[in-house]
Amino acid sequence: MFQLGPAEWQAIEVTFKLCLYTTIILLLLATPVSWWLAQGRTQFRTVVQAIVALPLVLPPTVLGFYLLITLGPRGVVGQTLQDLGFQHLAFSFEGILIASVIYSMPFAVQPLTEAFRNLGRRPVEVASSLGAGAWDRFRTVIFPLSRGGFVVAATLTFAHTLGEFGVILMLGGSIPGETKVLSVLIYDHAEAMNYDAAHSLSLMLLIFAFATLFVVYSINRRFEVAKL
Amino acid sequence: MTLYLQAHLRHGKDFELKVNHELPLEGVTALFGRSGCGKTTLLRIIAGLERPRGAVVRFGGQHWQRGRQFLPLHKRRIGLVFQEHSLLPHLSARENLLYGYQRTPAEQRRLHPDEVTAMLGIEHLLDRRIDQLSGGQRQRFSLGRALLISPQLLLLDEPMAALDTQTKREIMPFLSRMAAESGVPIIMVSHSPDEVTRLADRVVFMQNGQIQNVETLREALARPDSPLFDDAGAASVLEGTLGEAGEDNARPFGPPEARLWLTSSAPAAGMDRTRISILARDVSLSLVDPQHISIQNHLPVTIERIDPPRDNRCVVACRTADGQLLLAEITARAVQQLGLATGKQVYALIKSVALLA
Repeated sequence: MFQLGPAEWQAIEVTFKLCLYTTIILLLLATPVSWWLAQGRTQFRTVVQAIVALPLVLPPTVLGFYLLITLGPRGVVGQTLQDLGFQHLAFSFEGILIASVIYSMPFAVQPLTEAFRNLGRRPVEVASSLGAGAWDRFRTVIFPLSRGGFVVAATLTFAHTLGEFGVILMLGGSIPGETKVLSVLIYDHAEAMNYDAAHSLSLMLLIFAFATLFVVYSINRRFEVAKL
Repeated sequence: MTLYLQAHLRHGKDFELKVNHELPLEGVTALFGRSGCGKTTLLRIIAGLERPRGAVVRFGGQHWQRGRQFLPLHKRRIGLVFQEHSLLPHLSARENLLYGYQRTPAEQRRLHPDEVTAMLGIEHLLDRRIDQLSGGQRQRFSLGRALLISPQLLLLDEPMAALDTQTKREIMPFLSRMAAESGVPIIMVSHSPDEVTRLADRVVFMQNGQIQNVETLREALARPDSPLFDDAGAASVLEGTLGEAGEDNARPFGPPEARLWLTSSAPAAGMDRTRISILARDVSLSLVDPQHISIQNHLPVTIERIDPPRDNRCVVACRTADGQLLLAEITARAVQQLGLATGKQVYALIKSVALLA
């Protein structure tokens, strides 16, 4: 049953690359956003918070549709890229990477915001008074004290990107080696009545997802971050 | 050295801070007032943790904030000590102590770990985890950590507010020793008259977000209605050298012409510049030096001022032979019967003395 053919391995590679890149980009992006969000509650922050959380409630097809018409050949971004001599981003790995970053954003931002709120301003003020500049403070105080939040953010982002389907199908289609990720491959297998292949991949994802959540909740109990 | 402060700041509807003052910075300056009067906010402005628009903060000749110019806290070389313990929880006691020292350029280091740990009595605690330290020990580490950046200024935000009375008594001598030995000017926020009379050289009285007046501790204590007096009423603080205990356990305090005898089990060694506090109601006045009386401490004094009676009691300010101010609280009737007047020489009989710090 667990015989993986070249098509499966290719899908696994695309999926893994997508998840890894998304996680790295999101951690870099979400850290400053979350830090800013954790600094207080103003009207503007609430607006940003709501925008970041949108993918939690929107049907993935809606997000995928808007991304398609923005990044595609006739969209603002896609057309500009073409005018500059590049490819538009629909049906490409870069396109679904951008989509994943947006789609998984809340899963990185929320745990980090929570971790930064719990941290409070005191340790940072102490470090400043002791002569530590911004990067020094992040490296030696903020990061070690909110490590739990970073672990939760990274794991959830990775796992959630793994589970992406609707957005990728809308924007990326099903191009082997480019946009055909595991979830799409499973869909294709099931469509083709190839249940054995669909089954083995599905079980793999199921076990991986469970393991991930188990890790996250174990950490969560220890660090008390990330209320999702 | 002075600190010039000009700031106007509003928080919501209820709180407004408005200051425009130049504060002298030698020794220990206390920002004193009720909670909510803006003293902590003022401290945060000095530190650069609050940045009100249009504020001016000038330390000596250096502008820390003026217009768009703003020097962030990590470049101001300010030692900060907060009221609750603020050691970094992921570092050991030693790592906490050295966090700032390691970030201070070698040529700016004036204080070094050995002397600071000795001064604060924490040499034996360096290898502990911080959750193995008591509240008082943690606060001593916070003080040491702040001192080790060789700061130009130390800001203490109610450094003892979160400690119990016993621990306060344990910390107080370290604080006053630090103030005397480190040579770093200190600004301390406090709402406790006890702390202020023990530690401060100068008091900045604050009310409703404004600085009311700035006085030396002596001036502040010379007023019978000073906000520094709590329920026990007026008190005077005398400064002098405390000698070593003789055979009868009594320890001399002050110069021969104004000598007091203290019986105290507190630190055995002699101490320079010790402060004692005497409640005005524990001081009686006599026209002659009485013999055959249980009160041991009689000082010849000159009456400097007699305040108008309140509730039939007068506070009489007397000058001791070594020029310090001693307040006595006696009844208006006694003032009349003894014919007390400014300039008159009398004897102050002191019933009880509290040794500070």
